Amino acid sequence: MTFNRSDVGAGAIFVGIGLFFGLMTLYGLDIGTARRMGPGYFPIVLSGLLVVFGITTILKGIGHEDVERGPLPWRGIAILLGVPVIFGLLIRPLGIAPVLLVTTFITSFASRRMSLIVALLLSLGLTVFCILVFVMGLGLPLRIFGPLVEPWTRPIFGVR
Amino acid sequence: MDLISNLSLGLSIALQPHNLAFCFVGCLLGTLVGVLPGIGPTATIAMLLPITLGLDPSTSLIMLAGIYYGAQYGGSTTAILINLPGESSSAVTAIDGYQMAKRGRAGIALAAAALGSFFAGTVATVVLALFAPPLAKAALKFGSPEYFSLMVLGLVCAIALAHGSILKATAMIIVGLLFGLVGADLYSGAQRFTFGIPELSDELNFVSVAVGVFGIAEILRNLQNETDRDVMVKKVTGLWPTREDFRRMAGPVVRGTALGSILGVLPGGGAILAAFASYTVEKRISRRPQEFGKGAIEGVAGPESANNAGAQTSFIPMLTLGIPANPVMALMIGAMIIQGIVPGPNVVNQNPELFWGIIASMWAGNLMLVLLNLPLIGLWVRLLTIPYYLLFPAIMAFAAIGIYSINSNPYDLYTLTLFGALGYALVRFGCEPAPLLLGFVLGPMLEEHLRRAMIISRGDPTVFLTRPISAVLLVIAAIVLAVVLMPSVRRKREEVFVEED
Repeated sequence: MTFNRSDVGAGAIFVGIGLFFGLMTLYGLDIGTARRMGPGYFPIVLSGLLVVFGITTILKGIGHEDVERGPLPWRGIAILLGVPVIFGLLIRPLGIAPVLLVTTFITSFASRRMSLIVALLLSLGLTVFCILVFVMGLGLPLRIFGPLVEPWTRPIFGVR
Repeated sequence: MDLISNLSLGLSIALQPHNLAFCFVGCLLGTLVGVLPGIGPTATIAMLLPITLGLDPSTSLIMLAGIYYGAQYGGSTTAILINLPGESSSAVTAIDGYQMAKRGRAGIALAAAALGSFFAGTVATVVLALFAPPLAKAALKFGSPEYFSLMVLGLVCAIALAHGSILKATAMIIVGLLFGLVGADLYSGAQRFTFGIPELSDELNFVSVAVGVFGIAEILRNLQNETDRDVMVKKVTGLWPTREDFRRMAGPVVRGTALGSILGVLPGGGAILAAFASYTVEKRISRRPQEFGKGAIEGVAGPESANNAGAQTSFIPMLTLGIPANPVMALMIGAMIIQGIVPGPNVVNQNPELFWGIIASMWAGNLMLVLLNLPLIGLWVRLLTIPYYLLFPAIMAFAAIGIYSINSNPYDLYTLTLFGALGYALVRFGCEPAPLLLGFVLGPMLEEHLRRAMIISRGDPTVFLTRPISAVLLVIAAIVLAVVLMPSVRRKREEVFVEED
């Protein structure tokens, strides 16, 4: 069977999101009436519409030729989507300086052209730049060193 | 006269040294992201928005606005010199601008773009000053039904002006609306779609959503085919157009400005549409249509003026109604909310220094941009060749810092990952991210006004049709939808957007 992967893929995502919100609403929120709408009224209407639009998109794609879209940058996808999670998990215990160093180093390797030396210099440079500009210059409320590493950094950098 | 006193109030704000400084920083950053690949004004403003929270509201918005119209200037530089629009509304400029550069007239093309943009920016500033206050006054009479209908009209326009499939654009808006509802319900306090996680009860962080669908998705798209950028023109000389060039530019600039000022107000991509409309008009009325596509200066001057005028008049619905015309304006509204200003028709009266300060700063900013872009063009040319692998780690670092520092909430970063994945998948499947973000920002407002209108009318849905302003807005929305769905228009529309890609 020929089908256009763009249409079928997008349609499937729409149906998935529609079902997710629809079921969550049905099993947990009061829908109410048009006169006194409950917290579930607007979501149930929208998710119903989304499922319909999703199915229409899928049907539109069936029987159409696929278009070539090039290979997926798997390494980039894994790294770029993983880095915010790593940042979120480590920021409280470690503080901004170690986290930036680690995440920038990892991020660098999303490109196939990155070399080890460049990645090291880049992450070091960016970390120093960000701390000077954002924390010291603009005064964003970020701890440079978190509680987990502070005992070791205090003798070198003092209390931050 | 009111206008004079208001503008002088605005100028007194905009010309304060620290506001001038931040306006300059905004313009500089805007030009930079316009020139650099893989990051547009939407993602930049989203990332830098948290960083401006320490500034006072006027200063912060002046700087963010500078990034937006600065990117219009920077985008034209890449369009002309390497045939790659650094920013989507410069796509048209690339057609004739690059051809001019190939014929050794790069300097003149850049000058035509910058001078046209400056003229358009100046006129659009006056248009904004003239039309925004009366519109805000009229909007004060709006009740919930009117607001609901206005937002429906806005969303319909966003669908009409989105690239590609209408079906997908509509679905993207609904996806945005749904995600906009995550969090505590305004009326009952019920937790919606939060899985009992207290960090989510505040609603999803819209900066995470914006950076996810515009920033991360864009980086991934660039990593898909990493190539070096080849700059054909290493040294730009001969910036000053001849008398003949000026004569040929004048008409297109004026017409482009007029078109841009009108179309910019429309929701959904005013600046881009304005540039296209201007190019089409110039080609049609030109005595030398065969020159278009081969380096006609009219094809650079007109669209560049139109997109800059459009970029500025798109502030009108944002400043007067609190309704965003495009994703950047949605972010501006977010910035106001974070600063404790309620966007809407009251801004003119309650925060005149903000309102007039922004308007006046645009004029100052446009002047700075001409000075930044023409004499310093050599610097920008050199920046064009910065390899991408040095850029995106910096983009990611700034994004993470910006997002985390809004609420110190790690969940905002997980939201970033979620929307990065969703955004990239959907963009790869041929969907536009802009309608999603507009839906996301408008979702809570749309629901609030719908529910309030239904309570006021005691459950009678005809309230939207019996109130005259609301009815007119809905009729316009229906007409727009009908026109877009007409088979002939649909075919034409597809052609236009294919040409752009």
